[in-house]
Amino acid sequence: MCTHALEIEGVHKVFARKDRSASKRPFRRRKRERVVALRDVSLRIERGEVFGVLGPNGSGKSTLIRLVSTLLLPDEGRIRVFGHDVAEDPFAVKRMINRVSVDAAFFKKFSPIENLLYAARLYGLPAGEAKERMRTIMTRLGLKESTFGQPMEHMSRGMQQKVAVARGFLTSPILLLLDEPTTGLDPHSKRDVQAFVDEIRASHDATVLLTTHDMAEADRLCDRIAIIDDGGIVALDTPEGLKRRIPSENGHEPTLEDVFIALTGRGFEDAESETEEVD
Amino acid sequence: MPAFIREMRGAYAFVERNVNLIKRYWGWEVVWLVYSLVNSLAVTYIGAGMERISGQALDTEYLITYLLVGTLIWQYLSVIFYAISEMIAWERWEGTIEYTFMAPVSRPTHLIGTTLFAIGYGVVRTLVILAIVAGFFRLDLGGANLIGAVLMLLAGSVSFVGLGILAAVLPLLYPERGAQMTNAVAAILLLISGVYYPIETLPGWLQVIAAGSPATYVIRGMRACLLRGEATATLLPTIFLLIGIGLAIIVVGLIIFRYVEAYAKRAGRLKRSG
Repeated sequence: MCTHALEIEGVHKVFARKDRSASKRPFRRRKRERVVALRDVSLRIERGEVFGVLGPNGSGKSTLIRLVSTLLLPDEGRIRVFGHDVAEDPFAVKRMINRVSVDAAFFKKFSPIENLLYAARLYGLPAGEAKERMRTIMTRLGLKESTFGQPMEHMSRGMQQKVAVARGFLTSPILLLLDEPTTGLDPHSKRDVQAFVDEIRASHDATVLLTTHDMAEADRLCDRIAIIDDGGIVALDTPEGLKRRIPSENGHEPTLEDVFIALTGRGFEDAESETEEVD
Repeated sequence: MPAFIREMRGAYAFVERNVNLIKRYWGWEVVWLVYSLVNSLAVTYIGAGMERISGQALDTEYLITYLLVGTLIWQYLSVIFYAISEMIAWERWEGTIEYTFMAPVSRPTHLIGTTLFAIGYGVVRTLVILAIVAGFFRLDLGGANLIGAVLMLLAGSVSFVGLGILAAVLPLLYPERGAQMTNAVAAILLLISGVYYPIETLPGWLQVIAAGSPATYVIRGMRACLLRGEATATLLPTIFLLIGIGLAIIVVGLIIFRYVEAYAKRAGRLKRSG
């Protein structure tokens, strides 16, 4: 039996992008530049683990999630979900995963119930069972019953993201991909979502791959963390293990941000401004 | 759970979703219905006014029915074409393309769901337009072969499902311009398929292209059934030809779609906003 929920071996991903600096002349093909999104990434995630990928915007986090969720194909390397290769056996992988992305992608005119029912049918769930489950999850996430039938476009960003989280859990994935699920949420909504992840972890046999640029969130939720910068993993350890890598200063415990600065030679914000968006 | 039931639930997801989209965008639906209705009326009134335009005695009733059959069948076929060809474009507009492509639903199931909706929607919409247009003109379909017409229409639907699949590839390949390209394909089909005039009216080189359009045979066959009441038996070769062409286009369309989807995954073109 496969004990690893996720195995990533030597994955490399390059995108070709139009050269924006070149002048745009009619009938002339613009040159394309190569942007390396991921370089030789390898990691293994154990079953039941909450694994964090911490990095600034544009570091390759979302590319990694898209590769695992079969939306991209790697140029080099292999990715296996519970032993199934994402490129060779994508349907087996799709049945085991679900994803919550940073931008809640919904039919905005639909209500949460309509959107979640659509998702449930795509995953082959019977409508009756799905409706019961979606109400339970949405209520647990703090959404009021009166909002269940409202168009999503009338809901706040935080509420929309909670519906996205509900959709992610609705199909009971055994590998849940959380791509910056709390980015842009107010502190209260952020706490609700984090508490739900904790709860799911305790009550279900689910493995979680969480990408974030929120150091405190990674510290709080993750068993292990990979720090990613410019498409490559620069460190991988438990939160405590990462912090132990650098000495404490003036009696203060080092934070994950201190670790990032020590490992990359620059601050998180500097890294974000230097790195172009590739994912 | 048996795979068949799971796939059928997946197909139904697309039917239900598209019905919900119509309900939620009902204002746009009314606008498009009025546009199509006015378009059908305007084209048919050209036939009604032809005697006055030319100053010669003409069989106006025949002309009206000729144009009406053309415009209604085109409305139906183009609804099927657009509903299928825009299945990728809709996902991009709504921002759900990644979620749908990540779901464990095969592309044939995705297409079956979209096709079932497209045919049902096309039939209802065309019947509504026909019911209203019938109030403006005196239509005599007493001698028409209605069974033959239904068979011809179903055979023609198969071809347009195939053309829709082929056109759906464009928004996958070209996130920004693909949807406009499908409009160009539909416009060319309208020009060459003898919707409002016999294809013999076209220049020779366009007639050659028209011979490759399934709509040419559907519309010609429908006119034979509804205007001349031709027997089903004489129409069977055309019906089988249309089904054959349709199935061939569907198979080729699915193969191309599969390759283009793999390309889109390699090149990172499945992103939500083009």
